[in-house]
Amino acid sequence: MWLDQVLQGVLLGGYYALIACGLSFMFGILRIVNLAHGSIAVLSAYLVWVVAEQLKISPFLALIAVLPVMAAAGWLLQRTVLERSLRSGALTPLLSTFGLAVVIDNVLFQRFGADTRSLAPDIGDLAFNSWDVPGGGSVGQLALITFGVAVALLVGLQLFLNRTPLGRAIRATSEDPDTAELVGIDSRNVYAAASAIALVTVAIAGTFLAMRATFDPYTGPTQLIFAFEAVVIGGTGSLWGTLIGGIVLGVAQNLGSQINGQGFLIAGHAVFFVVLAARFLMAGRSPRTLLRALRGASA
Amino acid sequence: MTDAKALAVTRWTRVSITAVAALGGLLLVLAFGPAFLGADLTDRLTTLFIYVILAAMWNALAGYGGLVSIGQQAFFGLGAYAAIRLSNAGVEVYLALVLAPLIVGLLSLPLSSFALRLRGGEFAIGMWVFAELAHLLVNLDTLIQGETGTSLIAISGFAPDARRAFNYWLALAVMTVVVAAVFFLLRSRTGAAIQAIRDNEEAAASVGVRVMATKRLIFVLAAVGCAAAGALQLATLITFQPKTYFSVQWTAYMIFMTLVGGLGTFEGPILGAIIFFAVETLFGSSGVWYLIGLGGSALLFSLFLPRGIWGALSSRFGIQLMPVGYRLASPSRARKPGSAG
Amino acid sequence: MSLLAVEHLDARHGLLHAVRDVSFALEEGEILALVGANGAGKTTLLRSISGAHKPSGGRVLFDGADVTAVRANERVRRGIALVPEGRRLFSSMTVEENLLVAGRTKRPGRWNYETVLDAFPLLRLHAKQRSGDLSGGQQQATAIGRALMTNPRVLLLDEVSLGLSPVAVNMVYECLQAVIASGATIVLVEQDLSRALRIATRVACMLEGRIVLEGKASDMTREQVTEAYFGLRRSDASGAAS
Repeated sequence: MWLDQVLQGVLLGGYYALIACGLSFMFGILRIVNLAHGSIAVLSAYLVWVVAEQLKISPFLALIAVLPVMAAAGWLLQRTVLERSLRSGALTPLLSTFGLAVVIDNVLFQRFGADTRSLAPDIGDLAFNSWDVPGGGSVGQLALITFGVAVALLVGLQLFLNRTPLGRAIRATSEDPDTAELVGIDSRNVYAAASAIALVTVAIAGTFLAMRATFDPYTGPTQLIFAFEAVVIGGTGSLWGTLIGGIVLGVAQNLGSQINGQGFLIAGHAVFFVVLAARFLMAGRSPRTLLRALRGASA
Repeated sequence: MTDAKALAVTRWTRVSITAVAALGGLLLVLAFGPAFLGADLTDRLTTLFIYVILAAMWNALAGYGGLVSIGQQAFFGLGAYAAIRLSNAGVEVYLALVLAPLIVGLLSLPLSSFALRLRGGEFAIGMWVFAELAHLLVNLDTLIQGETGTSLIAISGFAPDARRAFNYWLALAVMTVVVAAVFFLLRSRTGAAIQAIRDNEEAAASVGVRVMATKRLIFVLAAVGCAAAGALQLATLITFQPKTYFSVQWTAYMIFMTLVGGLGTFEGPILGAIIFFAVETLFGSSGVWYLIGLGGSALLFSLFLPRGIWGALSSRFGIQLMPVGYRLASPSRARKPGSAG
Repeated sequence: MSLLAVEHLDARHGLLHAVRDVSFALEEGEILALVGANGAGKTTLLRSISGAHKPSGGRVLFDGADVTAVRANERVRRGIALVPEGRRLFSSMTVEENLLVAGRTKRPGRWNYETVLDAFPLLRLHAKQRSGDLSGGQQQATAIGRALMTNPRVLLLDEVSLGLSPVAVNMVYECLQAVIASGATIVLVEQDLSRALRIATRVACMLEGRIVLEGKASDMTREQVTEAYFGLRRSDASGAAS
C-alpha cells in the first residue's frame, strides 16, 4: 500500500516537473517569477480542448496545433508585458503578471463558464489503462507517458541550451545582457525566444494536466503553487532539480493523503517549508564542510 | 549662490498643515457618523475603513519594505479565526476582536525570520503558500467544520443598531491607529530608513540602515493590520467561511488599491481604497467583468503608470499633503518638494 | 571618407560630464592610441562609439552612416566591436562557447573559430575550460578573440593591460600583433604610454573629457604626451581656453 503510494507519488512528480519546467526556465533565464504561469497552463488546456472538440481530433494533435500559438504568445508576453515591467523595477513583473493572471482566469470564466472539463474522455483507454507492478501497485499509462515527456523535455532543454547557437545566446544574455549586445546578440529577441520556449513547455504541461485530471477557469493558481513548490524544493537554478523537486512533492502529497483527507495538500506545503528551513539552516555550510566537521580531526 | 544659512529644512508646509487640520476635522465628523448617517451608509463606510487598512498595509509592505506579498490573506483569515476562537473561549466579543490581531502579530514574529530570508518572487509566492497552508489548517479545526464555517455567535447578542455603531467606531479607530502608525513610522528615524530601503537596499545597508530589523517591523505591522481588517470583516459579516477569508482575491484587491492609488506614497493607498470602494459600489455586481477590470487595471497601471494616480500627481505638481518628507525652504526661492513621501 | 568619425560628442553619467565636445576621424588601417588619466572619459567615449552608452549630444559616423541612434548589437553587425574594460567574459561559459556565441553574427571576414585559435594558440589549449577559471591574461586573449569572431572593421580595445602582470601584458600585445598585421583599424585605450606609442599610428590624449592633444604618433615625443596627459601644458586642438 505505502509502496504503491510512493510509486504514484513519483509518477505524479513527473507531471509536477512538467508544469514546473517553464517556471524554472523563465526564472533562470529572465529572472522573472511569472505569476500568470498556472493560468497560462489552464489557458492552453482550454485551447487544446477547443481545437480537439471542434476538429474532432486527438488532444495530442490539437496540442501540436496549439504550440505555435503559445510560442507566439510567449514572444508577445515578453516584448509587451515583461520587458516593460522589468524597466520599472524588479518587483513590477510580479504585479503585472498577477494582474494578467486575474485577467486570464476571469476571461476564461466569461467564455467557458464554471463547468469543469477534461481531456480524459478524448484519449480513450489511455486515461485509465495501467500495468500491474509486482508487489501490488500499478503504473498508469498516462502517468508514465507524462513522466517520460517531462524527462524528455528537461533533457531537450539542457541540450538546447548547451549545444545550439540560440541556446548559447540565451545563456550569454541571461548572464550579462549588456555584454551580449556588444557581441552582436539582440537581447530583446533572445529574451522573447526564451519566453516563447517557456510557454511552449507550459502548453504541454497544461495539456497533460487536462488529460490526467479535470480543470476549470480557476485551476491556474493551484498549478502555479505546485510548480513553484517543485522548483524551490529541487533548488532553483537547476532543471534536474525541478524533476527531483517534483518527485519529492508528489511523494509527500501522496503519503500525506493516506493520513487525512486534507493531508494531500498539507503534506505538500509542509514539505516545502521544511526544505526551505533546512536550506536556511545549511546556508553557508556546504555538504563538504559538514562532512569534515563530522569526521572531526582526521580531516 | 544662495546663502546656506538662509536655507532651512522643514517638515511642515502651509499645504500640509491645512491638510492635517482638515483630516483631523474629518475624523471628528466621522466619529459622529452613526448619529446622522443612515444604517446603509454606516455599513458602507465601515467597509471603506477596512479597505483603507488593507491598502495601507499592503503599501507599507511593498511600497516601503520592497516586499510584494501574494499571501496577506493569510493574516486576514487568521485574524478572523483568532477572533472566533477567542470569543468561543469566553472572551468578550469586542475585546476578542481587538486581541485577535495582536495575537496574529505575535505569530508573525517567528514567521518573519523565516519569510524575510526569501527574496522577490520567492517571497511573493512563499507567502501565498503560507496562506494556503493556514487555510487548510484552520479547516481542520472542528469548531470551523471545514468549508461550512461558523459564526461569531457572541456578536449576535448585540442589537443590530448597536452592533453597527460599534463596528463602525472600531473600524474607524483601527484605521486611524494603523494609518497614524504608518505616518509616525515614516516621520521617525525608521521612516528615513524605510525610504532608503525602498530606493536602494544595498546602499541603505552600507550606510548603517538596519535593513532586516526595519523589514521585520513592517512585516509584523502589516500582519497585525491585515488581521485587524479580517477581524473587522468578521464583525460586519458575522459568518466565517474560510474560503472567503483566505481567498487570494483579497490580495488582488490590495494590489489594485495600492497600484492605482500610488505605491510607495503615504496618501496613495487611501486614494486607492476610495477608488476601489467606488468601483466596487458601481460595478461589483457585474460579476466577471468587474474582476477582469480589476486585473486589467492592475496590469495597465503596473506597465504604464507604476507610480499610481497619486504618485503621478504628486511628482507632476509637487503636491504632498502629509508632512512625511523633508523640504528645503529658502526665502529666495519658491518652495520645492523634497524627497517623495 | 573616414571609416570612423566622431563629431562633437557629449556624454554624461547622470550629472557628470564625462565626454565634452570630442571630435576625431579614423581612416581604415589606422591605429589610434587613446591615452589619458583615470576618469578622463576614455571608456565612456569607447562605449558611446560601440553603442553601450547613449551620448547626450553629437554624432558617431561609421562608414559614412550616422549610427548614433543604432543599437549596440546592430553596430556589431555593421562592423564595430568593443573589447570592454574588465573583459566582461561570460564566465559561466567555456572559452569555446564565448567565441562561438560571438560568431553567431556571421559577418564575412577572415576570422572564424579556427582562425582565431590559430592566431591565439593558448586559447586552443583552454578551449573547453570555464572562462571564469582562467588567468587574467588568458581571459584578455579570450575577450579579444571573442571580439574578432564578429569580423569587425573597427576594433575598440579598452585597457587590455589592466590588472595584468607584465608577462601577461606582453603575451596580450603579441596576440595583438597578429590582429594589427591583418590590417585592422583599431582604437586602443591604454594607460601604458610607451606601449601605446610603440604600436599606434595616431595618438589622442584626453583630459577631463576633452581631447587635448592629437596627431601622428611619429610626430610626437613622449614628453609632449606626458605633459598633455597630466595637463601641464594645454595644446587643445581648437585652441580654446578652458
